[in-house]
Amino acid sequence: MLHIKCPHCGLRSQNEFSYGGDASVKRPELNKEVSDQDWDNFVYLRKSQRGKHLELWQHISGCRQWIKVERDTFTHEIFKTLKANEEV
Amino acid sequence: MSENFRIEKGGLINRNKKISFKFNGKKYFGFEGDTLASALIANGVHLVGRSFKYHRPRGFFGAGVDEPYAIVQMNRNNEVDPNVRATEQELFEGLEAKSVNCWPNVDFDIGAINNFLGKFFPAGFYYKTFMWPRSFWYKVYEPIIRKAAGFGAASIKHDKERYEHKYEYCDLLITGSGPSGLASAYAAAQNGAKVILAEDKSRFGGSLLTSEVTIGNQSGQEWAEKIISELKSMPNVIVKNRSQVFGYYDHNMLVMSERVSDHLPKTEKYIPKQRLWYIRAKEVIISSGSIERPLVFGNNDTPGVMLSSAAKEYLKIYGVLVGKKPLVFTNNDSGYETAIEFKKNGVDPIVLDTRKDPNSEIIKEAKQLNINIKSSYVVVTAKGYKKVKSADIAKISDDKKNLSNIENIQCDCICVSGFWTPTIHLASQSGNKTKFNDEIDAFIPSQSKQKETTLGSANGIFTLEETLKTSFEKGSELSKQITNKENNVSIPTVVEKKSSNHDKFWCVPLPEGKNYKRFLDFQNDVAVSDIQLALREGYRSIEHVKRYTTLGMATDQGRTSNLNGLQLVSDIENKVVPQVGHTTFRPPYSPVSIGAIVGREIGKHSKPTRKSPMHYWHEKNNAVFVDAGVWLRPRYYKQGNENLFEASKREAKNVRQNVGVCDVTTLGKIDIKGPDSAEFLNRVYTNAWLKLPVGKARYGVMLREDGIVMDDGTTTRISENHYHMTTTTAQAANVLSHLEYYLQLVWPELNVNVVSSTEQWAGAAIAGPKSREVLQKLFPDLNVSNEGLPFMGYMEGNLFGVNAKIYRISFSGELAYEVNVESDNGNYMWEKIMEIGKEFNIQPYGTEALSTLRIEMGHVAGSELDGRTIPYDNSLDGLVSKKKDFIGKRSLSKTAYIAPDRQKVVGVVPLDKKTSIPEGSYIVKDAKAKLPNPKLGHVSASCWSVEYDNPFSLAIIKDGKNMIGQKLFAMSPLKNKTIPVEIVSSHYVDPKGERVRS
Repeated sequence: MLHIKCPHCGLRSQNEFSYGGDASVKRPELNKEVSDQDWDNFVYLRKSQRGKHLELWQHISGCRQWIKVERDTFTHEIFKTLKANEEV
Repeated sequence: MSENFRIEKGGLINRNKKISFKFNGKKYFGFEGDTLASALIANGVHLVGRSFKYHRPRGFFGAGVDEPYAIVQMNRNNEVDPNVRATEQELFEGLEAKSVNCWPNVDFDIGAINNFLGKFFPAGFYYKTFMWPRSFWYKVYEPIIRKAAGFGAASIKHDKERYEHKYEYCDLLITGSGPSGLASAYAAAQNGAKVILAEDKSRFGGSLLTSEVTIGNQSGQEWAEKIISELKSMPNVIVKNRSQVFGYYDHNMLVMSERVSDHLPKTEKYIPKQRLWYIRAKEVIISSGSIERPLVFGNNDTPGVMLSSAAKEYLKIYGVLVGKKPLVFTNNDSGYETAIEFKKNGVDPIVLDTRKDPNSEIIKEAKQLNINIKSSYVVVTAKGYKKVKSADIAKISDDKKNLSNIENIQCDCICVSGFWTPTIHLASQSGNKTKFNDEIDAFIPSQSKQKETTLGSANGIFTLEETLKTSFEKGSELSKQITNKENNVSIPTVVEKKSSNHDKFWCVPLPEGKNYKRFLDFQNDVAVSDIQLALREGYRSIEHVKRYTTLGMATDQGRTSNLNGLQLVSDIENKVVPQVGHTTFRPPYSPVSIGAIVGREIGKHSKPTRKSPMHYWHEKNNAVFVDAGVWLRPRYYKQGNENLFEASKREAKNVRQNVGVCDVTTLGKIDIKGPDSAEFLNRVYTNAWLKLPVGKARYGVMLREDGIVMDDGTTTRISENHYHMTTTTAQAANVLSHLEYYLQLVWPELNVNVVSSTEQWAGAAIAGPKSREVLQKLFPDLNVSNEGLPFMGYMEGNLFGVNAKIYRISFSGELAYEVNVESDNGNYMWEKIMEIGKEFNIQPYGTEALSTLRIEMGHVAGSELDGRTIPYDNSLDGLVSKKKDFIGKRSLSKTAYIAPDRQKVVGVVPLDKKTSIPEGSYIVKDAKAKLPNPKLGHVSASCWSVEYDNPFSLAIIKDGKNMIGQKLFAMSPLKNKTIPVEIVSSHYVDPKGERVRS
C-alpha cells in the first residue's frame, strides 16, 4: 500500500485516497472551438506510462483536496506531491 | 498409548501438565508446550498424511514453518481448519486433527495406486493428458481433478470465529527473534526507537534455543530469555510471538498474521482467533534466519527422513527422539550437532559425511564421544514404505560420481543436512536484487530497493560472533538515524564451535540399474526425473520449469526445495546457479487464512449501514427494508398478510388518490455557497442556471465529459449566493468529488464552496392530490396555495416549533412537497405528518411504490441513467442548452450520439394487459428469429401501473422515436418468457404534467 504525503495533511495511507488519472491533461476552455480529434484526445486518450508519471489523487477520506502526485508507475516511488494549484 | 520416544528429562515443555488429544480418531497424550508434531513423534507416530500426486506416505520433515508434509485438518470449537501444519500447531487439551489427501484412511490409501502408476504421471501430466477429447473436459476430467486436488477440505459453513485487523507504525520492524533479531532489537530499543519484534514461533530465541553456545556468561537460551524480558518491559517495544510477517509491500508496508487463539482450545468472546497487522515501518530488519537444505537420494521422502536441524529441535525443545537408530547424513558440520545430541541422550547415531577428511572442533568432539563417523559416505536410498526401516549406504568416489561398497544398514530415521538456505523471501518481496553467494551455494540479499536490512544467517552469516556484532551495530545505527540518540551497548563475548567448510555435493547418483525416485520438492512430489524431463522437453526458463513441474509451488513456496531444484537445472544446463536465477518470491511467505484477510468486514460489517432518523418509526410500522447504496430504506410497509406486490400497489394507489409520505432522507444533498455559484451550476448542469430566482428550485441533469448522464436532481436557490443541491442516493459521493474536481483543478478562479449536507437534513416527501391540505395544516401560518407556493417554489417555515424547509418538487408526478428539517427533528416531523395526515388517509410509502409512481410517469432514474445513456436517449432534450457550454457538451455532437436511429426511452405495455415484463428482457421484432436474435434494446424498469391497473415498463430501444405504436416482443431467456407488447410513450400517466402544477 502506497504512503502518500498529502500536502495539506501529511503522510497518509493509500486507502484514504482515490486515484484521479493523468494530471497533465488540460480541459479545453469553455466556449472555444475544439476539433473532434482534440476533444477525443482529451476525453479518452491517456498514456499508460512506465516510469515517472504526474497523476491526480483526491484525499477523499481526509481533507478532500485534489492533489498532484509524481510517482514512478513501475517502482511506485513517489518523488513529489503538490497542491492542486502547484506546478512541478 | 505410552510415549515411547520421550526422553526422561530436558526440553522446554511443561512435564507437569499432561494433555490429551486425538489424531485420526485415536487418543494420545502429550505435554503443555508440545506441538502436534512433537507429541505425535513422542508417541511414535510418523505417518501423518499422503503426498499430493502419488499419495506416498508422508511423515515429518521439519519442525516449524519449513514443514512441507505434515498438513492436517483441525477440528476446534466445532469448526474445521484445513491445511494446518502439525509442526506449528501447539497442543491443547482436546485437540482433534486428522490426515488429509487420503481415502479411506492414511494407513490404507486407495490413491496410493498413483505411486505404482507413477510412470503415467510425469511432469506436465495434466497438460498432456486432459487435452483430448475436448468434450471430456467438463464432464469427466474437471470433476475428477477437482476431487483429487488440494489437501484439506474447507468448511462450507459460515466461519463464526472473530478475526481482526490492526494498523501500527514503528521505527523498526524486526522479523524473527533469533540472535540477529534480539541483538538488533535490543540496540535499537536502547536508542529509544519504537520497535516491533515479531517471532513466528511461540518461543523467542530462534537458533539460540537449540545451539550449544555461550554468550557472556550465559547459555544462548538464558541470554535470549534475558533480552526478551528486558525488551518486554520497555514501553517503546512491542514483542509478539506466534506472529508471522508474511508480506513485504510498497512503501515499507508489511503485513503480519498473529495467531492469537489458535493454540487454545476455544476462542474466548471478543478475543480474535487471528489478527492481521498492517505495519508501516521506517526501517525493516529481516532476521528470518535460514532453513536447512535437504540432500537428495533415493526415496528421500520416506517417513523418518527429516532435516537434521528438525531432529535436534525435537530433542532439545520437546525432549523427543525422532528415532532410536538414527542415521545422520550430512555434507557439513551441522549434522554433527544433531549426532552429539543423540549420543548425549543415550542413542548411538551413525554419521555419514560426504566429505573426504572433514575436520573441525565439533567433529573432534563427536570423535571423542565415540560416534561412528563414515567419511566419503552417502545414503543411496531409504528403505521401508510407511517408515524408514533401513538404508542402502555406499562409499562415494572423490569426484562424487561413482558409488562403491553398497551395503544395507538398519536405521529408523535419517537426519539430513545439506547446509543452510537463507530465508530471503521478505527481502526479495521488497524488491531486493538478490545475489548468489558461491561460498554458501545460496542466494542472499544484495541491493535494497526499500528500507530493509537483512542480518544474521538470513544474510548468509553463520557464525554467532559475527551475527551478534553486526546486528548490535546495525540496530544501533539504523535507530540512531531516526531517534538521534545513541546509548552504546557493549557486545558480549561469544563462545561457539567453529565450523569447517561444507561440501557442495547435494544429490546422490543412482547406482547402476536402479531407478529410485529422488525427490526435490516434497510437497508437490517433484522428483529429479521430472525436472530432467521438463528440460528434455525444451523448458529452459526457471519460471517455466516451475510451472510445468510445480516445483516450489503451493504452501511450501520452495522453502526446502528451491535451491536443489536450481542446482539440478544448472547442472543439466551446464550453467551456474546465478545464471539460472531463482523464481520470484511473492507474498504470502506462509499461508494466511482468508478469515484473517477479510477481518471484521464481513456481512453487515463490510460496509456501513446508514439509517434515517425515522428508521425506528418505519421498523415499528412493519417496514420491510431494502439496501439502497449504503442506506436501508423501507421497501414497503406490510399490512396483514400482504406481499410486496399487494402492499406497493396499495401504497402507490393511495398516493394517486389521497396522499402518501415517503422518507427521502437518503437523497444526496450538497450545500453550495459563494458569489460564483450560479456560474458554476451553469457549467455543471446541461440547462441554464444564471436566471434562477431566489426561492426557486430547478431540475437539472449533469453529464460526464464523454456526454453520458452522470446524475440528476433539483437544486434550489436559498439566497443570492447559497444553493441546495440534491443528488440521487447512489451518486451522492461521486457528484461531490466531481464538483470538487472542477472547482479545485479546472476552474479554481470560481469562488464557490461545496460541502455534503446529506446527513444534516431529514426529508419527507408528501405526495398526492391531498398533499396541499396536509401541508397547510402542518404550516397554518404559510400561504401554500398554488400562487403562494407554486410548482418548483421554495419557502421556509416553522413546523410546530422546529425550522423546516419546504420544496415544491415531485418525483411521483403528483402534487407534492418535500419537507426538510434538521436530522435530529426528523422523527418529530414524521410523526407530525402522520398525525396531521390521518384525516386525509395518509399512508407511508416505500421505494417499491415510489418506483411504480415514477415509472408510469416516465420519469427516468438510475435504471435508465445507467452510465450508457445521453440526455437525448432519455427524452431530456429540452434540458440541453443550445446557447451555453457545459461539462460534456462537446461530446453530444459526436456522430453516434446524433444518429437518427439512436436509442430512446419508451413505454412498453403487454398486449394482454396482464403479463408483467421481467426487467432486463430484450425487445425484439421477431420472437421466432434464429439466434442470436437481433435486439432493439432492453426493458429497464417494470411496474404495475396503478393508474390503469395493468403492467407497464420502460425500455431503451433503438430508433425509439419511431417505434411508438409498433407491436414487438419482450423476450426474457432467463425467465423463459416471450411476451407480445406494444410500444407506447414513456409518459404513460398525465403526459402533460398537469398534476404537479395543480
